[in-house]
Parts: sequence; structure tokens; C-alpha cells
Amino acid sequence: MQLSKSLKRVIYWELGIPLALLSIGIYHGLMQVIYRAGVLQQPAFAKLDYYQGLTLHGVINAIVLTTFFAVAFGHATIAFFLKKEPNKKLAWLSFWLMTIGTVMAAWAMLAGKASVLYTFYPPLKAHPLFYLGTALLIVGSWIPLFDWSRLYREWKRENPDTKTPLAVLGTLVNFIIWFVCTLAAAYEVLVLLLPWAMGWKTTVNVTLARTLFWFFGHALVYFWLLPAYIMFYNFLPKLAGGKLFSDMAGRIALFGFLLFSIPVGVHHQFSDPSITKGVKIFQSLLTFGVAIPSFITAFTIAASLEYAGRRRGAKSLLGYFSKLPYLDTNRFLFAYLISGLFLFIFGGLTGMVNASSELNNVVHNTAWLPGHFHMTVAGPVFLGIIGMSLYLYSKISGKKIFLPKVAVIIPYLWVIGILIFSTGLSWGGLIGEPRRTNLGMTYLNPKDPLFTPEWVPTTLLGLLGGTIMFIAGMLFLVVFFGTMFRKATQEAALELPVSESLHNERRIPLFDSFKPWLVAMAVILVVAYVPAFMDATKNPGPGAPQFTPDNPMPVQTTKALSDNNAIPDKTAITIAKE
Amino acid sequence: MASISSCCNVRKKIYSMVLDRFEKRVILITGAVLSLFIFSMLYGRSKYNDLPECLPFDKAYTEPKVTKLDDKTYQVFAVAQMWQFQPSQIYIPVGSEVDFFLTSKDVVHGFNIPDKNVNLMAVYGNINKQTVKFDKPGVYKITCHEYCGVGHQNMQAEVIVNDPAAKP
Repeated sequence: MQLSKSLKRVIYWELGIPLALLSIGIYHGLMQVIYRAGVLQQPAFAKLDYYQGLTLHGVINAIVLTTFFAVAFGHATIAFFLKKEPNKKLAWLSFWLMTIGTVMAAWAMLAGKASVLYTFYPPLKAHPLFYLGTALLIVGSWIPLFDWSRLYREWKRENPDTKTPLAVLGTLVNFIIWFVCTLAAAYEVLVLLLPWAMGWKTTVNVTLARTLFWFFGHALVYFWLLPAYIMFYNFLPKLAGGKLFSDMAGRIALFGFLLFSIPVGVHHQFSDPSITKGVKIFQSLLTFGVAIPSFITAFTIAASLEYAGRRRGAKSLLGYFSKLPYLDTNRFLFAYLISGLFLFIFGGLTGMVNASSELNNVVHNTAWLPGHFHMTVAGPVFLGIIGMSLYLYSKISGKKIFLPKVAVIIPYLWVIGILIFSTGLSWGGLIGEPRRTNLGMTYLNPKDPLFTPEWVPTTLLGLLGGTIMFIAGMLFLVVFFGTMFRKATQEAALELPVSESLHNERRIPLFDSFKPWLVAMAVILVVAYVPAFMDATKNPGPGAPQFTPDNPMPVQTTKALSDNNAIPDKTAITIAKE
Repeated sequence: MASISSCCNVRKKIYSMVLDRFEKRVILITGAVLSLFIFSMLYGRSKYNDLPECLPFDKAYTEPKVTKLDDKTYQVFAVAQMWQFQPSQIYIPVGSEVDFFLTSKDVVHGFNIPDKNVNLMAVYGNINKQTVKFDKPGVYKITCHEYCGVGHQNMQAEVIVNDPAAKP
């Protein structure tokens, strides 16, 4: 499909900016494992301190890269499958809001004024531009949903009896989830945190802020994951040389995510005070529910791959795995997707551990958690993002891939790195190694009284795996920007390797319309979260004043707060003196 | 798969359209596995009952304290702050049960005793509670595992459970 110059440019920038920033993101990933293994035993290196680096790593890799990609990939799938291009002005407006927001937040982080990590829990306070920048990035990403919905409704009127293309369904479901969950994050940032950070409000209800964040925070991971799922259902079977076992299964999985992605956020707060046990247990059960769409996907994609393998001559029970095009440079996207799928086996299993409110006591906030999420967000999500970015850019610009043999090896190198890294972190977590900690200064410093020798092997594995990941990541940036700086030598057109269906499945209206599912989603959300928000507003005591990471004393505002003097949350205009 | 139709005929039609026998088997297996997980979790809940308790805030909990209620029962008001726990060394006789009441004087801190599966968040203006039985003597480390500022990596305390054979 030929794309307009404007749409091409929007996509180039939305792929290119976050990938350029990724260089900073992966640098800080490497720095993490170096500090944590005790190779560096100091608070900072090259003028960037550990926690600042950790904030940059999380925000760039998990918020900027993922959001920009989802929007760019969304534009591509909507344009390709509906044969209608998004509105030019809205696409650029969305791009500029996201970019300006990113620049604001990046400034705050690089200036050392927002070392609060990507979860920015109050009462640790960041510079107001960090909050404002993040809000802009999010609001910018809402705009495409409304534009795409308009295009979809047009398409439906023109094609009343045709099944909605699965990729379009996926993109719309994904952004509906995103819009709903980010409402809570936007409220937290703009109503709770920004006025408090500016000194206009004297206190903040920390539990409420956390509850709002995690309403957003868990659905965030599905926002990351669903583009990869779209690729698994729509492209992987074709790339493997086969067909999609069941298109209907994909629809059911997507609607399952629509229902269960958001009302499970409290499973990040099992250890929190003030949220009652009933809410925690109910959301824990719902979390087992959100595992179901992933089980459906696992079966359907495995069945599709089996079909592909048998078509290529596989005879034995599992032999089809050996017949797939792992190293075919002409279908390098297969390598990225299959590697992501493989890592997701372990990511999903460790995720099931996290769903349990009981096992949470063992793993919460230990290194197990980054062990888990590097097999999910740094697994299928990251590999899908970088593989598809390379693929999309190459097709749309008409440029051949730079170093194609390297391009196809990168995902396997990445897998080896992640497996070693996550083994180290998971093991460490199970023996009490904390996350989000500069271990090198104390726990991994043999001269320090807090030295914990049990964590030496675990952090060494992290160091080894992290180094391999860093190399793979850098190789990717060379391949991507090498491709970008070449001359165009092929036809420039948006092509996608769309899979055919193996079975002829008729259109079932229930699985081809949004209304019933949106209603069900709203009902579950109310039942799951109204009690949680009531707990978060009624149970806690006084709100907290501002704290910066370097000072145990609260930031003095003109309405000074002493420890025991709880001033209720009034919207008073005070000038913050720092 | 489960659809919300009311009429049996329509349901059979949808059933036969979307499910093939391998999918049916996988659904049953998945259902069985999930049921096992959920049962285990609920069983664990009822046996160990170690989700943190919800308590209304009271200023009394913000003063660190170890109180002996009787020979085998202790209460610890643990206060987390940047960058230490108070009390930082808690002496408990072996075999006693301890109620930890936890809050924070400032930012969010973690409170993790890995050997006893105690895993709590300390939040300003909130009280968290968990009860632990210390059956074996030893030194149990309490580690802060939530980023709380520049001194986060220094934040560790101890519960020292005495060895009954040791001389006083």
C-alpha cells in the first residue's frame, strides 16, 4: 500500500526518536548490572547517579519507547487494513504533544530533578516538568484512538458484513484499554501530584496516588503486550510459512484482555496498608483470569507453528520446531517474534507466581520482579518493537536492511542474555536480594558491614546477562540507524506479512462488536475498583508533605508542616519555598 | 467458548463453529490448572493468613517501640524513615510471636524479612500489620526494598532471636 508523505514522516519520527533515546535507556541498563554486581561501589558514574539512571532506564524503555511505537504501529495497521489513512493534522498534533512531553520529562531526569523512578511514588517529589511532561506524552497518545475509531466506523458502514480485521480489532482494543487506564494516571498526575509538587496543596494521600497509579500500571503492561500479540496472530504464522489456526481465538483473547487488563492493578499493592484483604483477594482471582487470553494465544500460535512445520515436512510430535525459518534473513521478523514468544513462556509463568497474593510475600519488590518483567516487556514486547520498527521502516522507506545477517542473529543473542540475566535476578530475589537498590555501595561491597555474599553469584549472572543484552541492543541500533542512513533502493510501500486463516470461521457478531464487551468491562471495573478507591480514601490518616530523594526533612513550604501536625488536604494557594 | 447466548440451539451452533477437539482439550486442561492454582492460593490464605492487616491510622504507632505482652508475645511498632528502621535491633526470645505494626515517617519504604516471608510497605499516614512466629534462633535481616532516596542501600535492621541454650 502506498502511504502519503505525511504519514510516512510521522511514522519515521515516531520510530526514530524513541530508538535514538534507547541508546540512553540501554546504557543505563548496563550500568544497573555493573553497580549491582559491586563492580562499581559508588553512588554515581560519569555524573549520572544510580537512581537517576534507573529512572531514565524505566521511563525511556518502558514508557517512551512503548507508547511511541504503539502509536506508530497503530497508524500502520489501521492504514494498511482499513485502507484509510489517519487524519494528517491529528497525527502530527499527537506526535508533537508526545515529543514535547518527552523532552520535558527527559530534561527533568537528566538534570537530576526527577530521580523518582518510573513509578514516581509520592511523597518523593519530582520537578513539576516531569509530571507535566509525562501527562503530555499520555494525552498525545489518546488522540489517535479517536481518529482511528472514526475511520473504523466509516469502514463498518462501507463493509457491514465483513469481519473486522483482527489487527484492527487488536489496535482498537489496545487503545481503549490504554485510554481508560490512563485516565487514572492523568488524574493522579494532574490533580494529586502536580498541585502538591508546585506547593499549592500541602499534602498528598499516598495510598490514593498508588492506587491510581496501579489502576494504570497493570493495564500498561497489556498496552505494551498487545501489539506483540497482534504480530503473533497476524504475521507470525505467515512468516513461519503456515496459517493462523484460529482467528476467532484471537478475537476472544483480545476481548478477554479488554475485560481483565485493568481490574487487577491491586495485585501490585498486596503489601500495601489500608487496602482491605477482600479487594486484594478478588483482584488476585481476576489476575488468574487475565492469564486465560495468554493461554489461548499460546495454544493457537503453537498450533499455527505446528501447521507451518508440518507443511515443511516435520513428522514427529515436536519435530515441527526444527523446521521453522529461524535464520532466514529475508524473514528476519520471524526471528524477533519467535524469540519473544519463547521468552514469554518464562515471563508468563513467573507472572502467574506474582498473581498469587500468597507467593507475593516471597517475591514482592525483590530482584525476582525485574527477573520476571525482563522476560515479558524485555521479551516479546521489546523484540516485537525493535523487529517491527526495523521491518516497517525498511518497507515504508524502500531501504534495504543494513547488515541483514546481524539483524537476524540479534534476537537470539538477546534471548541468551535475558535467560542468564533473569536467572540471576530470579534466584537472587528468592534469597532476598532487593530491587531498585544500588547494591554495589553496601550489600555487594565486601568492605561494608551489610555485605551479603549470597548475592554475589546472582548479581554476577545479572552482570553477564546484562552485558550480552547490551551488546545485542547496541548491534540493533547499528542495524536500525545503518538502515536509516542508507539510500532507498527498493520500492517504498507498506507491506505486512498477513497470515491466512486455516479454518473458515464465519463472522459472529458478538465477537465483532465492542458494545457488549465495553459494558462488561465497565461492570467488572466498578466491582473491582470502587471498593479499592474507597479504601484508599477512607482508611489512610494524614497526607504527606513533599520529600526530595536527598533529604529526610520535608520540603519547607510557607505552610510548614511538623511531623505530628496533620493538616487536612486543603486546596490552599501557598508559595513553595525550596 | 463460553458465550452469553440464551437459546440452546444458538449455543450449540456457536460451539460447533468455534471449537475443535484440541481446543476443547486445552480448555479443560487450562481450567484444571487454573483451578488448582486458585485452590492452592485460597488454601494458603486460610492456613497462613498473612496478607497484611488493615488498621486505621493512629499517631501512637509513629513512636518506635518494642512491647512485651507476655513471655511469648511481643508487639513491635516499627517506624521506617530515610534511611533507617527504628528500632534497628529487636531482641526476641525464641518461640515468640511478634505483631509488627509498620508506618513511615516520610517516603514509601519496604520492610522485608525474607526468611519469614514478611513483606510489607511502610506508607506515611498508614499502618500495616503482620504477625510472625520466630521458631528458630538467628539473626533475621529486615531490608528496605523500595527506593526511598540516596541512602536506600544502607537501610537494613535486624531481629535477633536468641538461642535458648546460650548463657544469659
